[in-house]
Amino acid sequence: MSDAKSALPGARYEGFVKLREMGLQGMITLRGDLASAKLAAAVQTATGTAVPGQRQIVTEGDRAAAWMSPDELLLLVPYAEVADIIAAIETALAGEHFLAVNVSDARAMFRLEGALCRDAMAKLSPVDFSEAAFCPGDFRRSRMAQIAAAMWMPDGQSLQVICFRSVAQYAFDLLSAAAAPGSEPRLYG
Amino acid sequence: MLILDCPCCGVSGEETEFHAGGEAHLKRFGPGSSDAEFHDYLFTKENPKGVHLERWRHANGCGKWFLAARDTMTLEVYGTYSAQTTEPPQDIKDKISAKRPGWSWREFS
Repeated sequence: MSDAKSALPGARYEGFVKLREMGLQGMITLRGDLASAKLAAAVQTATGTAVPGQRQIVTEGDRAAAWMSPDELLLLVPYAEVADIIAAIETALAGEHFLAVNVSDARAMFRLEGALCRDAMAKLSPVDFSEAAFCPGDFRRSRMAQIAAAMWMPDGQSLQVICFRSVAQYAFDLLSAAAAPGSEPRLYG
Repeated sequence: MLILDCPCCGVSGEETEFHAGGEAHLKRFGPGSSDAEFHDYLFTKENPKGVHLERWRHANGCGKWFLAARDTMTLEVYGTYSAQTTEPPQDIKDKISAKRPGWSWREFS
């Protein structure tokens, strides 16, 4: 088997927040009827979580399920287990109208760490990142300058971003520029 | 700058998260229609100064299509609603009527 690599292995930048590429992350796009009990059971087996509510992400250890659209979830699971988990989902949902696809190698994931991570992100996305509007547990798809991105806060001090792998370098450059020392907008912190 | 509320994912987003998709409530004329009908379906679009019903897509977001009632002159958004409808919901019509009494747009008023 080929030696799988993430988009920018080990890429890091330290500005007023710390930025790093997260390495290989298993991601499964699961589309179907989110109200279905069978789908809920399959998600429970795959990630150990319930089906997230609208624009929410639910986490359990190193796994998570995120709400992408009214008929789509993104399951975050260990990279090595993706094939087995998809096989289990396909068995569990046999006969239902659904789609489960391995998108691990089609995406890149970054993490911003630091008290001012909201400020760095606010430079790039037309999203209200204030604590009243966006906090851990929320999941938001939007854009980051010119590219589509999805973001959430694993905790109050960090922010994670997923984008397409093909624009990973652009995303890293954007986030680095946004985190440049001395350029803190101090909107939120 | 427009602020649109996506009825599919509940996001209140600004215009750059969305993509305009032209006129809403188009009646399609395909195979079997006359040349004149097909021409009008393709090319004769509403271009009002005032109340307009449009299709929008939450392109940088949930990816779903929806419809919006807005004013091309004041840029006020009267409301957004599901794309799975054949006419604007009554509450949005009422809101438009409150601001623009006597409005009409194609067969709706």
